[in-house]
Amino acid sequence: MGIRERLSGNEAIAIALKQINPDVMGAFPITPSTEIPQYFSQYVANGEVDTEFIAVESEHSAMSTCIGASAAGARAVTATSSAGLALMWELLSVAASARLPITLACVNRALTGPININCDHSDSMGARDTGWIQLYSESNQEAYDNMLQAMRIGENSKVMLPVMVCQDGFITSHAIENIELLETEKVKAFVGEYNPENYMLKKENPMSVGAYATAAYYMEAKRAQAQAMIDAKEVILKVAAEFEKVTGRKYGLFEEYMMDDAEEAIVAIGSTAGTAKEAVNMMRKEGRKVGLIKLRVFRPFPMKELAAALSHVKAAAVLDKAESFSACGGPLFAEVRSALYDCGTRPLMVNYIYGLGGRDVMVENILYVFESLKEIAAAGKAGETYRYLGVRE
Amino acid sequence: MSYNLKEEVQKAERFSGGHRMCAGCGSPVAVRSVLRALKPEDKAVVCSATSCLEVSTFLYPYTAWKDSFIHSAFENAAATISGAETAYNVLKKRGKIDETYKFIAFGGDGGTYDIGFQSLSGAMERGHDMVYVCYDNEAYMNTGIQRSSSTPHFSDTTTSPAGTVIPGKKQVKKDLTKVIAAHNVPYVAQTTFIGNFKDISEKAHKAIYTPGPAFLNVMAPCPRGWRYPAEDLMEITKAAVETCVWPLFEVIDGKWILNYTPKKKLPVEEYLKKQGRFSHMFKKGNEWMIEAYQAEVDRKWEDLLFNCSRA
Amino acid sequence: MSLKAKDINESTPWRDMTLGCAIFEPMTSAAVNTGNWRTMKPSFIEEKCKQCLLCVPVCPDCAIPVKEGKRTDFDFFFCKGCGICYKVCPFDAIEFKKDDKREV
Repeated sequence: MGIRERLSGNEAIAIALKQINPDVMGAFPITPSTEIPQYFSQYVANGEVDTEFIAVESEHSAMSTCIGASAAGARAVTATSSAGLALMWELLSVAASARLPITLACVNRALTGPININCDHSDSMGARDTGWIQLYSESNQEAYDNMLQAMRIGENSKVMLPVMVCQDGFITSHAIENIELLETEKVKAFVGEYNPENYMLKKENPMSVGAYATAAYYMEAKRAQAQAMIDAKEVILKVAAEFEKVTGRKYGLFEEYMMDDAEEAIVAIGSTAGTAKEAVNMMRKEGRKVGLIKLRVFRPFPMKELAAALSHVKAAAVLDKAESFSACGGPLFAEVRSALYDCGTRPLMVNYIYGLGGRDVMVENILYVFESLKEIAAAGKAGETYRYLGVRE
Repeated sequence: MSYNLKEEVQKAERFSGGHRMCAGCGSPVAVRSVLRALKPEDKAVVCSATSCLEVSTFLYPYTAWKDSFIHSAFENAAATISGAETAYNVLKKRGKIDETYKFIAFGGDGGTYDIGFQSLSGAMERGHDMVYVCYDNEAYMNTGIQRSSSTPHFSDTTTSPAGTVIPGKKQVKKDLTKVIAAHNVPYVAQTTFIGNFKDISEKAHKAIYTPGPAFLNVMAPCPRGWRYPAEDLMEITKAAVETCVWPLFEVIDGKWILNYTPKKKLPVEEYLKKQGRFSHMFKKGNEWMIEAYQAEVDRKWEDLLFNCSRA
Repeated sequence: MSLKAKDINESTPWRDMTLGCAIFEPMTSAAVNTGNWRTMKPSFIEEKCKQCLLCVPVCPDCAIPVKEGKRTDFDFFFCKGCGICYKVCPFDAIEFKKDDKREV
């Protein structure tokens, strides 16, 4: 049951897409996501999929072809990173507002300035307000599993929103780890076919997409989009429950690792959660009551659920692998902190910006964070909330 | 299959009135002509770049289009239609649809010569079975008449005003039709509205029904931007053709074909004098502008004659 | 439940608007009266008309309907009074005057 393999994160995504056999892929290379369209092109060339691959001339055109294809009635996918996602930025909100369930594999890489090819979350975090569903993956297994669930989420008639499946560039995308794949027939049975109610190539009626809407209509369109994002949460959980039945692997909005009696906790996204689990295990052996929350679903943001999971904790550190340049902290910190605002009891909370531009984060760094949380809890004061981890001061 | 206007205009309209284009706008005249070239039994997907055409023909909840229509952004009509065309191919291959669809993108000169240039070039190069129609009104009209690379030399626009120091647009008009011909696509044509619309109709038909990428560059005058009385549309296009400012030609599989040689090539003044955007060229002391303009038209005309003379 | 375009207006609540502001019907702009833009108005002098049909394709607003191979009177619901047809007619079968705004 299941196929045991050893794959990089990029290979895992490529294989997931091979098994899904989408209608159209329009993609442009950019490190470290390049391998995805490369592997996929090989599948196309060898007839292992009958997807039409469009070798577009830029990422802006990659998203444009996905929009055209999806509106026409096709299941469309793409992959990108960093500046490529940035170049698509204008169209991300077009795709979401047109309610097109496009799937994008985002291999997280730092946004330029200075140009850097390594991992951080500034690319997908920079797109957090575009209306895309955003799922983050800790490992190649999670990237694969998230990709299999993405279309069931996005294409649900209550949702009809595009989905971004994120994984850490190089750290996850290029490192080979064990993975369990699902058999292709089971993938196809789970993912199903894309059958939109209306599409441009529908025989019975035409469709005009991409209206000019005056101030009299724009806000209602956005309200409807907002509702879809609200409704997506339940769909995400339902799809995860179904996925668990098929694979035995459980997914939620976030993973709680040793949180039940935790007094100090860290909130993190992506591969660093794996490093953090090591640190948690080490501290637990020493009798420290520490835990970790690894956020999987950033959009829609699970405000209530996170508040419930964190409110009992004495001190918490939110790790951000991206700056938001608010001068007060990173994007995850702002949203987690806001989630706890209404709680009667809530932890003292600080933010650590870490891992920018691929800066390595080790177990020692996480242990350091837990030490600082211990001091904060003892002092009963958070002190400086906006902190950097692993930068040369 | 010779052209018959009566037959053509009896075809059911695929474009409705009630759109918000200015009275006398050349763009919807181009759209109607191109869509008329579709066989009635064929369906189409039309894409428009952000432009006068787009905002005026799909203002929620009113769409002027009978066929499916998509607008996504300003610079990507060609890429967007490429995606729709690819979806068609794969869904047909997979047995999900069985009708015949044609794929037509419309862009103004802004969305074609300038910001849309890259995605147009990409789509042409990839070989999609599509038509890209540029309705060329020689400036960014939707935002209020700013210069584009298609704006003619000396033309007065809001970002190339005819001032006391600089006399309008400094650069000559970009020859986009030639650039697209250099992409070696099966069919490229330059056209406008003349007489019984034979030229544009036959070219639109060839563009749509030649497999592979096709490009049509249609001069589509704008009464506001060019500053002429709206009723004079057909006089403007005729003057453009008779002065060789806008020659009518095709490039079919790399072979250049001249479709019309004026019996008497008129001096460019006959075209320029009709339009307020060129009126400063007629001021005393500005004769050199008309001379320069004439020289450029003559150079391009000779160049075109040479290309068409090659076997 | 989303409404048909003709029932959508500036009082429509968000739930009743169409998904993604797409429209699932053809040519809904046919409901829009652009005839009220006119300051000038053409008139069709049928006796002079030789049915050459040269006026039909020049109209930006599809305001010269053709029935059974012949042009009929102007569709004044759409006609914006641009006058291109008037200029193009070789037989003076179209007159062009100030619109006295008496008819719709």
